[in-house]
Amino acid sequence: MATLELTLDEGLQARPLKRGRRLGPLFWAAIGWMVLVFAVAIFADFLPLPSPTDMDMLERRAAFSAAHWLGTDGLGRDELSRLIHGARISLVVGLCAPVIGLVIGGALGMLAGYFGGRFETIVAGSMDVLLAFPPLILVLAVIAFVGQSIFNLTLILGALSIPASMRVARAATLTLSRREFVIAAQALGASHARILLRELLPNVILPLFAFFLLGVAVIIVVEGALSFLGLGVPPPISSWGSMIGEGRESLDVAPRLAFLPAAAMFLTVLSFNLVGDTLRALTDPRQGAL
Amino acid sequence: MAFFVARRLLYLVPVLIAVSLLTFSIASLLPGDLAYTILGDQATPENVAALRADMGLDQPIWWRYLSWLGNVLQGDFGRSFRTGQTVLQAVAERLPVSIELMLLAQLGALAIGVPLAIVCAARSGGPFDRFMTGTAFAMLSVPTFLSAILLIYFFAVELRWLPATGYVPFAEDPIGNLRFFVLPSLTLALAEWPGIMRILRSDMIATLQEDYIALAKAKGLKPARILFVHALKPSSLTLVTITGINIGRLIGGAVIVETVFALPGIGRLLVGAIGTRDLIILQGVVLLVAAGFVIMNFIVDLLYAVLDPRIRHGHA
Repeated sequence: MATLELTLDEGLQARPLKRGRRLGPLFWAAIGWMVLVFAVAIFADFLPLPSPTDMDMLERRAAFSAAHWLGTDGLGRDELSRLIHGARISLVVGLCAPVIGLVIGGALGMLAGYFGGRFETIVAGSMDVLLAFPPLILVLAVIAFVGQSIFNLTLILGALSIPASMRVARAATLTLSRREFVIAAQALGASHARILLRELLPNVILPLFAFFLLGVAVIIVVEGALSFLGLGVPPPISSWGSMIGEGRESLDVAPRLAFLPAAAMFLTVLSFNLVGDTLRALTDPRQGAL
Repeated sequence: MAFFVARRLLYLVPVLIAVSLLTFSIASLLPGDLAYTILGDQATPENVAALRADMGLDQPIWWRYLSWLGNVLQGDFGRSFRTGQTVLQAVAERLPVSIELMLLAQLGALAIGVPLAIVCAARSGGPFDRFMTGTAFAMLSVPTFLSAILLIYFFAVELRWLPATGYVPFAEDPIGNLRFFVLPSLTLALAEWPGIMRILRSDMIATLQEDYIALAKAKGLKPARILFVHALKPSSLTLVTITGINIGRLIGGAVIVETVFALPGIGRLLVGAIGTRDLIILQGVVLLVAAGFVIMNFIVDLLYAVLDPRIRHGHA
C-alpha cells in the first residue's frame, strides 16, 4: 500500500506546482465535476435525500417536482437519490480495479523494463495472452461462476487492467534506465532495489498516474456495460449502468430515465479522460510533439 | 521476409498454447461442478459419479486438458449438453451475423474517420480541426450501450424509421436484413471512428512535413492530389494496424451491441452460454475467438512488414 499512497501524493503535488498555467478551463471544469461527484457519493447518506430503494407506487415515473427533484423511476423510486447512490458503485469499482492494475502491473512492468531478459519475455508474453481474450466475455464468464458481487467484479476488472499498466510502466522504465542518473547510481554501487524505488519509481509514477485516470474511465464504462446487461452489481443496488438498462424499457414514455444516468456517466467518463489525457500529454514529451 | 514470418510464427505457438490453457482453466477450475450443472434437480451421488466418469471428469486435470487439446487439434471442440449442437455448428450458424456487423461497422467508421482525418490534417490547428478533434475526444467517452440507447430513441422510437431489434437472414430478405443492421453497425461505427480519425490525422500531419510533399507543392500539384495520392498511403500504416485489431476484436462478437439489438451473433451465443452454464460451448467459442484474435494480430504484423520494408529488414 506504500506504493499507492506515494502515487497519489506525487500526482497531486506535481499538478498545481509546475503546470498550473497551461491547463485550460475545460480541465478545471472536469476537475470540478469529479469533485462534485466524489462529494455527493461520499456524503450520500448525510444528504437530505429520500431513500434510493423506497418505492412509491402512486408516483411512478413522476415528473420533476420539489419532492423529487429529478422525478421518480418506473417503481416510484427517487431518481436523484438513485443517481447519487449509483455514483458510489461506479466510483468504488472504477477506482479500486485500476489500483489493482496500477500496483501489480506497475511493479511487473518496472521489473521487466529494468531487468529485461527472459523475465521480460515471460511477462510481456503472458500479457499478450491476457489481451487475446475478449475482455467483456472473460469478465462475464468469471462473474457467472464466482457470483455477482462488487468485490468479485472489482477483482476481475483489476486483473484485466494489469496488462495496460504493465506496458506503460515497462516503456517508461526502458527509456529511463538508460539515462545518466540511473547509470550514475549504478556506478555508485546502489542496489537494484534502491535504483528501482528511489531513482526510477518517482519518474515512472507520473505517466502511470495519468494512465490510471484513463483506466478509471474505461472501468466505469465496463462496469456500466455489465450492469446494463444485468450482470454487474446485484439488485436492488442501483448503478448507472443498471439504471440505463432499466430506462431502456421505458424509452417511449419516459426517456429521461435512461438519459439522466447516461448523462451522468458520460460527464464522469469524459472528465476522467480529459484530466488523464492532459496529464499524459504533459508527462509524455513524444505525444506533446504531435 | 521468410525469416520474419518464421520468427513471428514461432512466437505464435507458445501464445496459442497459453491461450488454450487459460481457456481451459477458466472453464474447469472455477467453482461449480459440471456434472451437478447438467443433472440439475436429478443430481444424486450415484448419477453424478456416473456422469463424471462418463465425461472423464474423474481424471486428473492435466489429463483432461491434454485430451481436450488433442480433440481440439483434430477439429472436435465438443458438443453442447443443452442443445446437442457441436461448437463448430453453433459458431458456423452465428459467425455470418457477427462478420456482417463487423464489416458494416468498419466501413462506416472508415467512411466517417478517414475523410475527417484528411481534412483536419490539411488544416491542422484550424477551427475545423480543433472542433473535430474535440468532438472525437468527447465521442471516446460515449460507451456503446449509451449511443445504442440514443440511436434507438431517435431512429426507432421517435422517428420510427428503423426497427430497434431483430434480424432476418440476408438470403431471405436482403433489404430487411440491412435495415436491421443499420443501427447496430452505426453504434459500433460511432465508437470506432474517433480512434481511426485521431491516428490517421496525427500520422498524416507528420507525413505532410516530409520533403517530398514540399516538392509536390513546389511542382504546383493540386492540394487534393497531394493529400489523397501522395500523403494518404504512407500515413495509413498505423491505421492498418488499428483496423486489423478492431476486426480481430469484433469477430469475437460485439457483445453489448448484439445483445441490445437482439442480433444472433457470436457475442449473443457467448452470453447465452454463460447464462445457461453451457461450459462446452463457452470454452470452445472463447478458444476460437481468442485464437482468431491472436492470428488476426499475426496477419496484421505481416501486412505491416509488407507495407513498410523497414520493419522486415530492421530491428523490429
